[in-house]
Amino acid sequence: MTGISTRFQVDTAEDGKQVLSVAGDWTIWTVAQVEEKLRNTKVAYDAILDVSQLEKIDTSGAYLIDRALGALEGIDEKIPIRGEHPTIERLLGKVRKASPAAPPDPIRPPGFIALLDRAGHGAVDAWGELLGLLSFIGETMATLGRLAANPHRIRWKSVVAIMEEAGLDALPIVCFLSFFIGLVIAFIGANLLAMFNASVFTVELVAIGMLREFGAVLTAILLAGRTDSAFTAQIGAMKMRQEIDAMRTIGLDPMEALVAPRLIALVLMTPLLTFAATISGIGGGLIAAWTAMNISPQMFISRFQEVVPPQHFWVGIAKAPVFALVVAMIGCRQGMLVEGDVVSLGRRTTSAVVQAIFMVIALDAMFAVLYYMLNI
Amino acid sequence: MSFDAAIADKKAAPAGEGEVVIRVRGLTNRFGSKTVHEELDLDVMKGEVLGVIGGSGTGKSVLLRSIVGLHTPNAGEVEVFGQHVSKLSRDERVKVERRWGVMFQDGALFSTMTVRENVMAPMVEHTKIPPALMSELADLKLRLAGLELEAAPKRPADLSGGMRKRAALARALSLDPELVFLDEPTAGLDPIGAAKFDELVRSLSNAMGLTVFLVTHDLDTLAATCDRIAVLSDGKVLAIGPLDEVRENPHPWIQEYFSGPRGRAAVR
Repeated sequence: MTGISTRFQVDTAEDGKQVLSVAGDWTIWTVAQVEEKLRNTKVAYDAILDVSQLEKIDTSGAYLIDRALGALEGIDEKIPIRGEHPTIERLLGKVRKASPAAPPDPIRPPGFIALLDRAGHGAVDAWGELLGLLSFIGETMATLGRLAANPHRIRWKSVVAIMEEAGLDALPIVCFLSFFIGLVIAFIGANLLAMFNASVFTVELVAIGMLREFGAVLTAILLAGRTDSAFTAQIGAMKMRQEIDAMRTIGLDPMEALVAPRLIALVLMTPLLTFAATISGIGGGLIAAWTAMNISPQMFISRFQEVVPPQHFWVGIAKAPVFALVVAMIGCRQGMLVEGDVVSLGRRTTSAVVQAIFMVIALDAMFAVLYYMLNI
Repeated sequence: MSFDAAIADKKAAPAGEGEVVIRVRGLTNRFGSKTVHEELDLDVMKGEVLGVIGGSGTGKSVLLRSIVGLHTPNAGEVEVFGQHVSKLSRDERVKVERRWGVMFQDGALFSTMTVRENVMAPMVEHTKIPPALMSELADLKLRLAGLELEAAPKRPADLSGGMRKRAALARALSLDPELVFLDEPTAGLDPIGAAKFDELVRSLSNAMGLTVFLVTHDLDTLAATCDRIAVLSDGKVLAIGPLDEVRENPHPWIQEYFSGPRGRAAVR
């Protein structure tokens, strides 16, 4: 680095022509210093360029000089150069050829119209999403029906692999969380019921709560977060790498090879997970009752057998396969909707989890209404 | 050294003949039991376009990754601009990184940004150029790389493969580097697009005095752009030199490479 700073100067030569002299380094690291000044300086388009003091220059510097000498107005004459420099002429030629002819400005509609535009698109998208989900459910059912007629076409290998991945591997977290929920319910119940001298009803509270609601819903929400995102990401990545297209061209039906095994595996595993969740939730309640209320485990279990009819168990476990079906379908569908880029993979994974959790809770509410009307 | 003397000095040796930009010594890379490079030596001179060829699995891309520091070799030294890439501190490394540009095989454009933002990304990170000028310079780089500006506001996913390669080249050229690494720049392009790309690399290296490290399988690219060719085989540089010289090498792989039907057509 020598001592000359990046600068320029416009003079008028003896013959009346303007001379633009540039000095110092004109590279991407230095041009910011002179950019504004140069932009505001009027230079005649036929000015001579004096490069005798110029040191390093790159395309950025050449671009600025070219711009100052009227490149943007579409003048196509060679710039007359005075002084010696090894690369300036070639660089100017290269840059002139590549100079953008008046960069196009993107047209943006004003804010309010854009808002209306987005709202309209959002409404249409939501409608399309609903139709898409319905048609996917139909397609899935058709596939499952086909497979039921030809059970040998079911890919049991992947079914078992997914059962392990989505079911067995989820067992610890499901039991762990459920245990603590049971514990919390028992503690809340203990305080509340003690006011009426009815602490022993904690058993009913925990047992019925876990059996009817928490076992199934907790498992389904955990699956929505844990397994659904995995389904979407797996299928989405395959879609991005054109694996799905490749499957179609060799006559493999992705619905049969990818979607059906996931559905079957989840429908088989979710009731088992729900059962495990229920048991460990009740276990949590038992511990809480024992430590906080002096209800011994024997008493807890005998009361449990006396006052909790088995129908509560069936009410809860019956919801599990339905949740499983919905969660798996949403995950697979969102995966199939992934397009070529990473952004859409992220967006689809998010909406898979959000939709799945929403559907689980909405369905649970519907079940509650149904059971109420059926009086069970 | 006085200012005038500095200029005189620079003008006397325009391309900096004989100056080594990349010096690789004793590079050894192993993956499990497979040895990819064994005591590999390589010099890349300033201002030249060096083409690296070799069969599949001979470690062309690993060599590139070792030079730019994405892969730590098992043994050996890599010097770029006279500095040991693996021994640099963070700040020193950033300084070196500003002087090179890398174009990856399938572009590796940032998919969350538009093409223009992709080209601006290195400038945003390393320079203090005002945004308006940055955008103009990004457009310039896109045009230099042969892209029409209609592509600038698009996302990489909306571009064709050839356009993505050009956008990736524009990003590699973003900071006007002295050294550019190109990993299979013409793979997957149609012959017309590939020929244009070759021309582009050649003319850029002429105009900007670029040093280019080019990994390729494309015989036409070798013939059209490279000053020297390095052949990788058996973990070493088997032959290095101008195309005509390398072609005369009696090694069976080289003979098969250049005298096959494709080789004959390209170097005719």
